[in-house]
Amino acid sequence: MTAVVELTWTSVCALSALQPEAGVAVLLPDASQVALFRTFDGALHAVDNIDPFSGAAVLSRGIVGDRGGVAVVASPIYKQAFDLTTGACLDDPAVSIAVHEVRVLDDVVQVRCP
Amino acid sequence: MARTLVVVGHGMVGHRLVQALRDRDTTGRWRVVVFAEENRPAYDRVALSSYVDSWVPDDLALAPHGPEVELRLGDPVTEVDRVRKTVTTASGVEQHYDALVLATGSFPFVPPVPGRDLPGCHVYRTIEDLDGIRATVAAARGVGRRAGMVLGGGLLGLEAANALRGMGLSPHVVELGPRLMPLQVDEGGAALLKRLVEKLDLTVHTGTSASSIERDGERLFARLSNGLELDLDVVVFSAGIRPRDDLARRSGLEVGARGGVVVDDACRTADADVYAIGECAALGGMVYGLVGPGYSMAEVVADRLLGGGAVFPGADLSTKLKLLGVDVASFGDAHATTEGALEVVVNDAVAGTYAKVVVSDDAKTLLGGVLVGDAAAYPSLRPLVGRDIPGDPVQLIAPSGGGVELALPADAQVCSCHAVTKQDITDAIHAGECADVPGIKACTKAGTGCGSCVPMLKKLLAECGVEQSRALCEHFDHSRADLFEIVRSTGVTTFSALIAKHGRGRGCDICKPAVASILASLDTGHVLDGEQATLQDTNDRFLANIQRNGTYSVVPRIPGGEITPEKLIVIGEVARDYGLYTKITGGQRIDLFGATVDQLPRIWRRLVDAGFESGHAYGKALRTVKSCVGTTWCRFGVQDSVGLAIELELRYRGLRAPHKIKSAVSGCARECAEARGKDFGIIATENGWNLYVGGNGGFTPRHAELLVSDVDTETLVRVVDRFLMFYVRTADRLQRTASWIEAMDGGLERLRSVIVDDSLGICADLEAAMAVHVESYADEWRGVLDDPEKLSRFSSFVNAPGTPDPTISFREERGQRVPVPLGLPEVAAR
Repeated sequence: MTAVVELTWTSVCALSALQPEAGVAVLLPDASQVALFRTFDGALHAVDNIDPFSGAAVLSRGIVGDRGGVAVVASPIYKQAFDLTTGACLDDPAVSIAVHEVRVLDDVVQVRCP
Repeated sequence: MARTLVVVGHGMVGHRLVQALRDRDTTGRWRVVVFAEENRPAYDRVALSSYVDSWVPDDLALAPHGPEVELRLGDPVTEVDRVRKTVTTASGVEQHYDALVLATGSFPFVPPVPGRDLPGCHVYRTIEDLDGIRATVAAARGVGRRAGMVLGGGLLGLEAANALRGMGLSPHVVELGPRLMPLQVDEGGAALLKRLVEKLDLTVHTGTSASSIERDGERLFARLSNGLELDLDVVVFSAGIRPRDDLARRSGLEVGARGGVVVDDACRTADADVYAIGECAALGGMVYGLVGPGYSMAEVVADRLLGGGAVFPGADLSTKLKLLGVDVASFGDAHATTEGALEVVVNDAVAGTYAKVVVSDDAKTLLGGVLVGDAAAYPSLRPLVGRDIPGDPVQLIAPSGGGVELALPADAQVCSCHAVTKQDITDAIHAGECADVPGIKACTKAGTGCGSCVPMLKKLLAECGVEQSRALCEHFDHSRADLFEIVRSTGVTTFSALIAKHGRGRGCDICKPAVASILASLDTGHVLDGEQATLQDTNDRFLANIQRNGTYSVVPRIPGGEITPEKLIVIGEVARDYGLYTKITGGQRIDLFGATVDQLPRIWRRLVDAGFESGHAYGKALRTVKSCVGTTWCRFGVQDSVGLAIELELRYRGLRAPHKIKSAVSGCARECAEARGKDFGIIATENGWNLYVGGNGGFTPRHAELLVSDVDTETLVRVVDRFLMFYVRTADRLQRTASWIEAMDGGLERLRSVIVDDSLGICADLEAAMAVHVESYADEWRGVLDDPEKLSRFSSFVNAPGTPDPTISFREERGQRVPVPLGLPEVAAR
């Protein structure tokens, strides 16, 4: 038997509601949470909102910036940095968070998720 | 079974012996019993003159011994029975010893001047002596001209003169020799020293002595051998010391021709179980009156007691000190007594500096030197004594610009207080044990004695290739202080503009909050205006303190800890209505825990409507000014500590700084507000306020040090204005005031010269900057409540603003709500 996971696009907010480098939290239909960011160059990133080091749903409240040119968010709890593009933790190679696809349709930001 | 060491005397040297032995005797081979004559434990006698700044004996305290050391105060040893190996004390206690160390010190020499025993004549050696001088001065208050005479113009005499000056007297210093500090300083240096100290209201009489002292009513009259008559409030003898060797004499031990218990280079007397150290010992025919050689002897005995073979390394009589604000240093063969020695002198009467080096007859080897007015070259010159000079000797003391960089040989002693060589330090650096000055201090002890070698430690770090990079992070090559000046002078108001012009990349969680803090310190509007909001750490971003489950705590300001019952009730009601866990903080405020992001503005609305405002518990900013209840209620209080605490807290509220700033005000010397554990602490005196700076609790607790004393409120506020603004402008990121002061070249003295004496001429500017802050302060909570755009960012989810975060849940503990630990099964079950 093959499990088929269907991914759908969830509309989140207007693009104009995203201030550059200020994250927001998104509640998905399955009650999971995503941290959504618009970086300075206009790119959109969505990653898990739960910080794996503390268990708290806080990554949307982290400071966005770069490490050696890689766009990152730093957890507000213990300050580990996560690559916004890959989800990899730059301070602990054993840890990573999930990344989610993001698109803009008619000025509405959508996140792809289960 | 442990053997018993009895130490007779608990001065600085006795204290050092006990510390050294306890540090090294890890297997408990020795039980230590100390009998002390004084009623207080050893204190920093070298700094005795600073006692008059605060009149708080604890300010001179040395690190206490552990409880395993038996310290018997006020019970001097009166007899030693070397056959039975016992000592007997004044109170009749008999104590057996396996080893005995005499550390009885010295007593002041009082020349046989007629009238020397009159009331108002004192010696200068102990805290009690200074208390006695103070009492005499107080009793003489208001009668005639305020003057004191110090007999003796050596190091100690000038210290005593400084103490008299601190009590508001004009000191006369009378020295029998032809110049001041005859032991340490040569004629040229002493002439400059005399000129510099006479500017400070001292009168120096050299080549003369007191021939008589008489009392007439409340006054003392001294006649000098040159015919001069002085009308005085007090007379202080500091004409040298004599070893206290009477106990040794009575027990049949040999004493030297000029006194002192005769010991060998292991500090051992003819009796193999009896040692003598410090000023009571005669080693190689010499009695040393400096603490440095005494410490060396203590180290030798500690090593010998543990089976080592240490010998006295020879005394380094080098001295560097600040007398009455004048730098004086003397090292090696300062008087050119070596045969054929040559002297090279640079005497700049205009600049007020004198420098001399003494070199060998072939001008190749440094033998010694004297520096007056500016002793900055001391730490690099002293270790070179006895070594080859690179190039022309005059280059060693040429005014800055012409000076050569000196490469120290590996075995040169950099720290003479703790006998640490350059090699010891560089080895520790190369082994990766330390990478900064505090690290070197911790692992080698270098720099922890007199501190004069600290500039050299910095040079050694640089020599070892330890990059003392002050770059803030990968995005800026500047230090925080540099960035502050850039922002201040260019008037740039956004992070984007700053990083585009002066940095690289897009910033990070280090530089963004640092720049946000700088912008806030310069009062460029609300901390959440526009782009600034994205620079803030989550605490500043949500104006509350994040907790482990992602909720926040709320702390309203309660200035000075004073609160009305009505306001207390409002806090209780808000906590109850929002189910907030409530705890009293250490800073006399109330912390309300467990608020979610979307609840924060509603909680603030209730608090603000009741007259509260943000307490800035979340910011690198002034937190709280704690206070005791003060003179209004307390029967011991001498000033209104609550009133001052409120005034200060309201003045500096909201001031963003490199780190948090804490303060406290105590209404009397009992210090119930714990002000000396604060960045700036104020303790009331009968005459005004004492201001202490640089204290903190936390990982490395520090006591604040006295900056100014007995000042009125206006002066106090002015000095605190300068202190805080200077700190805000020049400290590194996350540097508390204690390490900021420590990292300054010159430490507290440097700070004092800048913000009290205005040596840089910036005080008016610092005060003006603080005035701008005070003027432009606005409550940050209200700033959010009044701005719909800011308010809109306080929502749980951008796509479901009213929905609570499903990961947050609470359980009950002792009647209050506390977080359910995240990641535990209970979370999954909900």
